[in-house]
Amino acid sequence: MDTTTTLPPKKVEAREKVVILFAGDSGDGIQLTGAQFTDSNALFGNDVSTFPNYPAEIRAPQGTLAGVSGFQLHFGSVDVFTPGDTCDVLVVMNAAALKANLGKLKNGGIIIANSDGFDAKNLRLAGYPDVENPLTDGSLDNYVLQSVDITKLTRNALEGTKLGMKEKDRSKNMFVLGFIHWMYSRKLDRSRAFLAKKFANKPDLLEANLRVLQAGYNFGDTSETFTTRFEVKPAPMPKGTYRNITGNQGIAIGLIAAAQKSGLELFYGSYPITPASDILHELSRNKHFGVKTFQAEDEIAAVCSAIGASYGGALGTTASSGPGIALKGEALGLACMLELPLVVVNVQRGGPSTGMPTKTEQADLFQALHGRNGEAPIPVIAASSPTDCFEMAYEAAKLAVEHMTPVILLSDGYIANGAEPWRFPEAKDLRPIIPPFANGSAMDPAAFHDSEGKFQPYARDERGIRPWAVPGMAGLQHRIGGIEKEDKTGNISYDPKNHELMVRLRGEKVQRIADTYRPIRLDSGPPEGDLLIVGWGSTYGAIRTAALELQQEGHSVAHVHLRHMFPMNKGLRGLLKNYKKVLVPEMNSGQLRQLLRAEYLVDAQGLNKIQGMPFTSAEIKAGVIDLLKS
Amino acid sequence: MSTGNTTGIPAQGRNDALPAQGRNDKINYASDQQVRWCPGCGDYSILKQVESVLQHHGRPKEEIVFISGIGCSSRFPYYLDTYGMHGIHGRAPAIASGLRSVQPDISVWVITGDGDSLSIGGNHLIHLLRRNVDLNVLLFNNEIYGLTKGQYSPTSPEGAVSKSTPMGSTDHPFNPLALCKGADGTFLARSMDRDPKHLREVLLRAEAHRGTSMVEIYQNCNVFNDGAFEIFTEKASKALHTVFVEHGKPLLFANGTKGIKLDGFTPVIIDLAEGKHGVDEVWVHDERDSFKASILVRLFDDPHREGALPRPFGVFYVNDRHTHETKMNAQVAMAKEKRGPGDLDALLRGENVWTIN
Repeated sequence: MDTTTTLPPKKVEAREKVVILFAGDSGDGIQLTGAQFTDSNALFGNDVSTFPNYPAEIRAPQGTLAGVSGFQLHFGSVDVFTPGDTCDVLVVMNAAALKANLGKLKNGGIIIANSDGFDAKNLRLAGYPDVENPLTDGSLDNYVLQSVDITKLTRNALEGTKLGMKEKDRSKNMFVLGFIHWMYSRKLDRSRAFLAKKFANKPDLLEANLRVLQAGYNFGDTSETFTTRFEVKPAPMPKGTYRNITGNQGIAIGLIAAAQKSGLELFYGSYPITPASDILHELSRNKHFGVKTFQAEDEIAAVCSAIGASYGGALGTTASSGPGIALKGEALGLACMLELPLVVVNVQRGGPSTGMPTKTEQADLFQALHGRNGEAPIPVIAASSPTDCFEMAYEAAKLAVEHMTPVILLSDGYIANGAEPWRFPEAKDLRPIIPPFANGSAMDPAAFHDSEGKFQPYARDERGIRPWAVPGMAGLQHRIGGIEKEDKTGNISYDPKNHELMVRLRGEKVQRIADTYRPIRLDSGPPEGDLLIVGWGSTYGAIRTAALELQQEGHSVAHVHLRHMFPMNKGLRGLLKNYKKVLVPEMNSGQLRQLLRAEYLVDAQGLNKIQGMPFTSAEIKAGVIDLLKS
Repeated sequence: MSTGNTTGIPAQGRNDALPAQGRNDKINYASDQQVRWCPGCGDYSILKQVESVLQHHGRPKEEIVFISGIGCSSRFPYYLDTYGMHGIHGRAPAIASGLRSVQPDISVWVITGDGDSLSIGGNHLIHLLRRNVDLNVLLFNNEIYGLTKGQYSPTSPEGAVSKSTPMGSTDHPFNPLALCKGADGTFLARSMDRDPKHLREVLLRAEAHRGTSMVEIYQNCNVFNDGAFEIFTEKASKALHTVFVEHGKPLLFANGTKGIKLDGFTPVIIDLAEGKHGVDEVWVHDERDSFKASILVRLFDDPHREGALPRPFGVFYVNDRHTHETKMNAQVAMAKEKRGPGDLDALLRGENVWTIN
């Protein structure tokens, strides 16, 4: 940078919150750019929420609408609960990225476009009529358009290096990252440290990336077209130490934490599937916690190996997405019958069948509740945000171990890949988890031995829980299996009355889990009023934002968010009666609504979106207002 | 085996460390459950020999686990007073793999049948073998679906007439041990319910092997497929139609009057009584020879065909490849050594934090 020239001073404008959408080809490094800028803002003290949105194909056809990968980041000096409904800034690497995302940009918003991505070929691939270039034809006059030849500037920055043209062009995203740091007055330290680690063994590439990163930053300083920088002050978040976390990381860490606190070995059997695979990756990086990961030959082997591990006295866990959970169905029935701990995570995606692997949906609630033969009650819980994924994974493990039951945890693609700041807990503050080992202090041996001192594997304590007897424990040998068992002894039994009794006992054991819940609590709003929004899972941020705004505008609207889908919180029945209307927003055709209607005879109305995309808070707000008016 | 001991257990067998090593008839491994196989079923004989092998080793009952799938054979775990799980159809190898991963020091047995392991559970079986999980698989092969009352199975011969194939089966059958060899199994053996002494010897070898020990057991279903293996098991035909292989010994049969010679890669029968061939021409069994084992498992002729090669029995192949769980545990140990035992607070904290005051 030429320091002798006097640059015109740049204006700095304050912003409360900003939504930026980075978009480009799926090979453009968009996800990395977004994640890095998120980290810089989070470290600065902003509240953040992100939404990575990418095609299922690894390298979809270049330049086409189908190949567009996006990363939306919402950061602010105020609380943010969603990645944002509309964008303030749209960064596009080619014509297709602009075409696919322009609808999300606010009127008057800023477009930063890589002009090199708008040549005749790119325009044709994006389907612009008569290859008219939107950067020059005036069609973007309602926006602040900044057209920059990022490709050329990147190549210039790398002049004289040994890198080939392809390798040079691959650093384009660093130019964007450097520039956006300048634009929002952020330091490059965090990104530099990241690159140093990523390219520790490739000094040439490290040097190149650092150069382009700096070039992007300097471009903001020197280019005369950019006259304004922005500043987003730190958010007034509760005091404490924070980190960033995605939902899948939260689940992996939650499972490890539960294993550590319970003193159990963590076994994770899994078959790769989008969007759950990152849990496997994260866990396999943490073997020093004694974590054993088993990449099974199929989904069935994944869950069965976890059942075998639990029988062996470990915390058996598995995760998948809808299609994989379907394959695990028979084994989940076995786990229900065996009454062994098992955590099953479903990171939901668009269905049915292969559906939309990289898109989000909440349509597996019924599958989780009912997707087994016979009456096989399994507790189902749902995570509402990336940080809640940690909480709920821990809860799933606690319920599974302490109640000797499989537990299904529902997450989805939206929160699995999305990130937010997490005021992480200290290990000592995590709730204890006490395994009901047959030879441990949690169980009374007299309760599960008959008068002759013979071990009864299916005798139960007052909570309906049977003792966990593990191979190696002397005198507690027993045989279990999927065939109906006699009460107490666990011997095979086809006795009609015994079967009915066992169905009832298994059901009651699960129902009693509701006794351990904390009283139901509203997320926001008055304890009684015109309308209650009942949400579950990843719609939390959008509903919370909408509810707070509606309350500020004077509407009598409250929001409750369910974490326990089955058995439900006992306080819900009374709560539903306190409002004139009930609205249930879901990314499905109305599964929770149907449950509420069946269980509580309440005239719940649905607000349903099944587009593979999360709700915006505006959509929730509009739905509430419509129902209030009707 | 020329180790000099009568059981043929290699000196480095995994139970050597046990103080109770050696014959121990004091432990009664039978459970209090009534055995409910059909009278005359071959399963009784197998149960008896397994009990005998357990008694030989004398391991405490709580250190033994039997895992099964679904089918007649899979009721097996209920009849022993050890730990046991009667799982779901075909999945016993997967359940046992998870168990073995977290319990490296117990004795694990998988009990399965031809339908359970080769049809519905075929995928798990081949992956179990390639991973070489340390356990014993007893594959009760009766070439029929018994529990569902008589449909043909993946090992039923072509043309087999059953309830579901009244005009005869059109399917080509699996050769189970050839399949297992293809999946790189490290211990491959065949025995039969009607030869308890041989079965016991093979089971002792299987229990001593570290890795997946695959024992195919010809088992007669006297209700739905009676006599399927008669030609191999009955005195009148056994000598001519079977060859019992032993490490370091020639492949002789028909009371030593015939032998099998390897003509290139092709096994041929030679007559030793005529004086034209000598025993020095006969194929000498080497259970460590992978290539020859691949030929041995292929001796699978229809015994009723004129000039058919005899069906081999015994331990065909042994390989000391590392087991799945030893590598898994070694990685955990290495990670702990390199990074120290996991610190939960460090994990919760991650690498990049910021503080708001």
